[in-house]
Amino acid sequence: MLNVSGLHLWRGDRHVLRDVSFSAAPGQCVQLTGKNGAGKTTLLRAIAGLLEPEEGQVSWRGSPARQTRDEFHAELAYLGHEPALKGDLSGHENLRFSVGIRRAVTADEIGAALTRTGAAGFSDRAVRMLSAGQRRRVALAGVLLSGAALWLLDEPTTNLDVEGQQLVSALIDEHLARNGIVVAAVHHSLALTSAGLVSLELGAA
Amino acid sequence: MFFMIVATLFPLTLTPELSRLRDAAPGVLWVGALLSSLLALEFLFREDAQDGTLEQFALSGQSLTWMLFAKTCTHWLLTGLPLALSAPVAAVGLGVPAGAMWSVVASLALGGFALSLVGAISAGLTLGARRGGVLLSLLTLPLAVPILVFGADATQRAITGDAIAPPMYLLGAIAVLGVTLAPLAAAAAVRIGLE
Repeated sequence: MLNVSGLHLWRGDRHVLRDVSFSAAPGQCVQLTGKNGAGKTTLLRAIAGLLEPEEGQVSWRGSPARQTRDEFHAELAYLGHEPALKGDLSGHENLRFSVGIRRAVTADEIGAALTRTGAAGFSDRAVRMLSAGQRRRVALAGVLLSGAALWLLDEPTTNLDVEGQQLVSALIDEHLARNGIVVAAVHHSLALTSAGLVSLELGAA
Repeated sequence: MFFMIVATLFPLTLTPELSRLRDAAPGVLWVGALLSSLLALEFLFREDAQDGTLEQFALSGQSLTWMLFAKTCTHWLLTGLPLALSAPVAAVGLGVPAGAMWSVVASLALGGFALSLVGAISAGLTLGARRGGVLLSLLTLPLAVPILVFGADATQRAITGDAIAPPMYLLGAIAVLGVTLAPLAAAAAVRIGLE
């Protein structure tokens, strides 16, 4: 359903992505591995459409993602390095806004998602007062609430404790069971129970 | 705030003679308004770009154009409108007659809205640049000149008691053009800026 073919991308005079191709079917998780600077984040941003590749194309449900951008983005959740939360708002308020611009969402739904990611205890505190791991839990609840079929996760386990890392694996497993697709940049292999895990090493050549 | 400081410093430094201050009033008010809106524009998208929320806007599947338009309107409500509303205080100090106050407020409000729209394009374009503030001013100034000219003209006419309609129509036309084109241009600029 997600198909990436012959992607080439330059950053300045550095050839970061060299002919990257892969595809992912519903229920599959592609984990991107590679050294720092191998282009994991760049690839995720290129898939999301935040970076325009010099060559190659990303297609979603058979049509080029660039041409059906809004439809593609409506089905996509991107979790970047920064959790994209407003420091002055509480976790709950942040989600009400960030999920609210995508779809109608109720306070109960937000509460349930925050409970699922273990963020319910501090969801009423201003995000600036939270630790990096707590922010990530709030951001994960946002991904969960987005209702998106395709998750692009950039180092989803960063800053999380052991229990939090297991939580990420469990969330991905559940998403795959719902026929979702996950593309995740990781340093340590994800411990998934589902069979749909594929690894792609970047910068190997 | 910056606007108030500029506008109150002029009477102190120029001359205490009201008739001469009155001549300088349109220029002082409008240059002050332009410079303070340039200062504020730098923060239109910057914080959102830094904490990653702008990226999420771009990826939300909703129209980035409308979202940036809404953001620009909010920005005007929080900076341009208070500036226009506080203008009478500064204008009194510059010897603007009381009867002209409404016109001064109206022209600054309309002109400020047009400035915010034009500035949104520059703010989007300078997202990727470090120290984008200087570049932003350079990009915005040429586009802001017509607004400045007609706005100052409207204020001048208000002070002398002439009809302010002609320059106000032109300001309105610029604002309408801005509403139609600026959000589209700003959205395109932000997408480039996020790369």
